[in-house]
Parts: sequence; C-alpha cells; structure tokens
Amino acid sequence: MCLALPARIVELLDGELCRVELGGVRKEISLALVDGAALGDYVIVHVGYALTRLDPAEAERTLALFAEAGLDPAAARDHPDAQRGSST
Amino acid sequence: MKYIDEFRDGRLAAGLARAIAREAAPGRDYAFMEFCGGHTHAIARYAVTDLLPPTVRMIHGPGCPVCVLPIGRIDMAIRLALARPDVIVCTYGDCLRVPASGGLSLLKARARGADVRMVYSPADALALAVREPAREVVFFAIGFETTTPPTALVLHAAAAQRLDNFSVLCNHVLTPAAIAAILESPEVRELGTVALDGFVGPAHVSTVIGSRPYERFAAAHRKPVVIAGFEPLDVIQAIRMLIRQVNDGRAEVENEFTRAVTRDGNRKAQALVADTFESRPSFEWRGLGAVADSALRLRPAFARWDAERKFALDDRPVPDHKACACGAILRGVRTPTDCKLFATACTPETPMGACMVSSEGACAAHYTYGRFRAAAQRTD
Ligand code: SF4
Repeated sequence: MCLALPARIVELLDGELCRVELGGVRKEISLALVDGAALGDYVIVHVGYALTRLDPAEAERTLALFAEAGLDPAAARDHPDAQRGSST
Repeated sequence: MKYIDEFRDGRLAAGLARAIAREAAPGRDYAFMEFCGGHTHAIARYAVTDLLPPTVRMIHGPGCPVCVLPIGRIDMAIRLALARPDVIVCTYGDCLRVPASGGLSLLKARARGADVRMVYSPADALALAVREPAREVVFFAIGFETTTPPTALVLHAAAAQRLDNFSVLCNHVLTPAAIAAILESPEVRELGTVALDGFVGPAHVSTVIGSRPYERFAAAHRKPVVIAGFEPLDVIQAIRMLIRQVNDGRAEVENEFTRAVTRDGNRKAQALVADTFESRPSFEWRGLGAVADSALRLRPAFARWDAERKFALDDRPVPDHKACACGAILRGVRTPTDCKLFATACTPETPMGACMVSSEGACAAHYTYGRFRAAAQRTD
C-alpha cells in the first residue's frame, strides 16, 4: 500500500503531468506536489503522484557508506572465516 | 532498475551484516520495531533477519494502513454502497478484501450488488465522477501521510470544478500519533510487553512530513529513530545505525534515506494537507484502539465533499474477530505464528484478519516468505 518506487521523468506534459519510466514501463503521473522537477529527474511515485525528488548525490553517498562497511579493515579480522581457531 | 537494484546488492549486504556482527555488543539484546509495512515486507522478502545476529530482534509495527483500518470503517462503506444503488464506492485494491462484519468485505458486497470499484489513484475516482454525473462517486480514502496529499489534491479539484457528485470517506491516519500510542499505551506501560530499543522510521511517509516530527519521541521517550528506505540494504544499514545509537547511549533521529528525505519534508504537500484536513479528536485503530488526534477529517470548507456528512454515515465500532491476533501482532506483542488461525483458516486467499490482506501485513509477509524458512530451520 505504501510502496512507492523511484522513476525517471521522460516527458513533461501539460497540466502538471509528466510521463515517467520504470523498468521499461511508461506511466503518466502528476507532478502537482513537487515543484521544479525537470526532465531526467528521478521522483518517488505513489498512487499516481510524485511525492518528492530523489537526490542522486545522496544516493551515491549512501552506497559509498554501505561499501565502506564491507571494506572496514576490522571487518576482515572479525569475519567468521578469519576467526576459525581463535579463542572467541 | 536504477536506485533500486543497487540497494539490493548481496555483496554490500554481506559487508553490512559483518559490520553489524562486529558492532552488536556481546551479552546484550536489541529489539527494534520497524514501523512501516514496507519494511516488514522487505525484511521478510529478502530474509534480512538471517543476516542479523540472534541478539537483534525485529518487531513488526502497525505501519500498514490496510492492517490498522478498523472493521467499523469498512462496514460504513459497505452499508452505504448496499443501501444506495446510485453510489459507486472507489478504493485502492488492498482495501477490497479486508474482512468486515457479517462475513462481508467490499469485494463480497460487490457480489451482492454494491457498485464497488478499484482505483490506482484518487485521480481515477475523480475522473469517474466526471464521467458519471448521474451517480454519486465516493472515494474511500485510506493511508498514512503518503496518500493524504493526493486525496487533498482531488478534493481541491472537485471544489474547483464544483463536482457535487464526488465525495471522500476519509480514513487518513497519522504516523507520529501511532508511534506515540505504542510507546504510551497503558498496556505497554503496565505489562511492559514490548521492550523496544528503537524504531526504523517510515520511508515514504517521511518524504512528506520530514524527519522533524520524530524528534520529540527521541527526546521524550529516549528512543532512537532511524528513517530508512524500503530496500533491504536501507533496512540493514538503519539497524546498524540503531545499534550504534544504543551502544553510545544516544536517542536521536537519524536519516538513512537522505536520497529522498529531508528534515522539513515536502512543505508544499504539508500546506495542502493542512488546508484541506483537520485533526479528529479520536480515531479507532485496529490493534491500537482509540488514539487521540491520530487521524484526519475534511475541514468544514470541504463539507460538501465529505461523504460522512453528505450521507449522514455513523461510525459503529466493531470488535475484531475473537481468534484473530492482529491486535497483539500490530503492537509487537505476538508474532503471526502465535495465532491459531495462521496458515490454516487464515491465508492470503481467505484472510480472517487485516494483517493477512496486504502484502505489507505481518501475517501475509510471513506466510509468503518466512514460513518455509522457519520450517526448514526447525527441521535442521
Ligand atoms: S493469521 Fe490471520 S487471523 Fe491470525 S492474526 Fe494474522 S490476520 Fe489475524
């Protein structure tokens, strides 16, 4: 019910409408709740309305944080595979 | 798909799981409630709990709007649709199968002659009213802060077009009030049934209301809140951020979902909602009972489009099915398998309670994704 997905704006239409694309499917939605959305922007779409824009720079930062968690040097040391035979 | 697949990457998930294993303090337990059904769904579907140490427990909260909608409100729509052949009731697909009184649901009422239709968007309901001027089109509106602004927009459009055959039966509810009810309800306080260490906060609701409304819980109840996106990596990272807060003795609002959520949220949508709706002094929630200031109704300026006034509908509260444990599940006190009806009398095809209807309900999520894994673990 509350699931909404990020979709890319592929065409701006009249009357605060636009067309978005999501996994090859195109759909007409309303931009009435989001000011200043432009062609190529990603928006989060719910029940036919864009709720907000998605910030690509923040998305990259979040992914970088995920990657960092995996790369943490302590991770290798604490990894179960590396712990075999240790006293813990 | 961009901004979806990257947040489901298994390799990154393994890295985050290792980080959690290393950060969870030995000898202590963590219990976090994910408020949204979207998170419940992601946790079940991607088996997030398999990646967590056994000391970290996730409790499914009441954040599925279909699951918390009480029987009495659906009865109201069914009574109207059955009594008035000129009325067309429109609603989102999930609402159609929620069990109501007398063995009915909106879908079964349709089989008895009521004109009930599924819509994907409130705009579809409005368009139907334009197409059918001789009929009364009632949009049965449900949902948290995500679906409320679209309902507000169609109400403004109906007012602007003087579309008098359109009205809204408003069941919109407020997330912060529900979180407060969980923390402050006498049941929880007296019995101490749910010991919660923090909340995974709503994703899409927060795109609209921002992160600011949660700040008071964090402060007043000393509970950390981490707002998280609905993809599995978002949830795992949020759990990691909660563990860190607990370890540090902090109780703050943090935002994992920075790609879509800001502190202030969508001001335009908030202004529109404030302009259209006002708070109801009290509203019945399935599982939580009557919660003060937890729901919205139309402002007097929109009285002509308010189905409750227009058709003089009265709200008759109905107790939930006796054997259904939805209430306890929505409070995090019990789990789906604790319910005698689970996967026997109650399945997604024949739901007895609302938690089995929507794919975001705790029972449906467990039925679809968790059951076989749980069985496999038992036989191990
Ligand atoms: S299994 Fe069905 S009856 Fe039992 S709590 Fe869940 S929804 Fe209610």
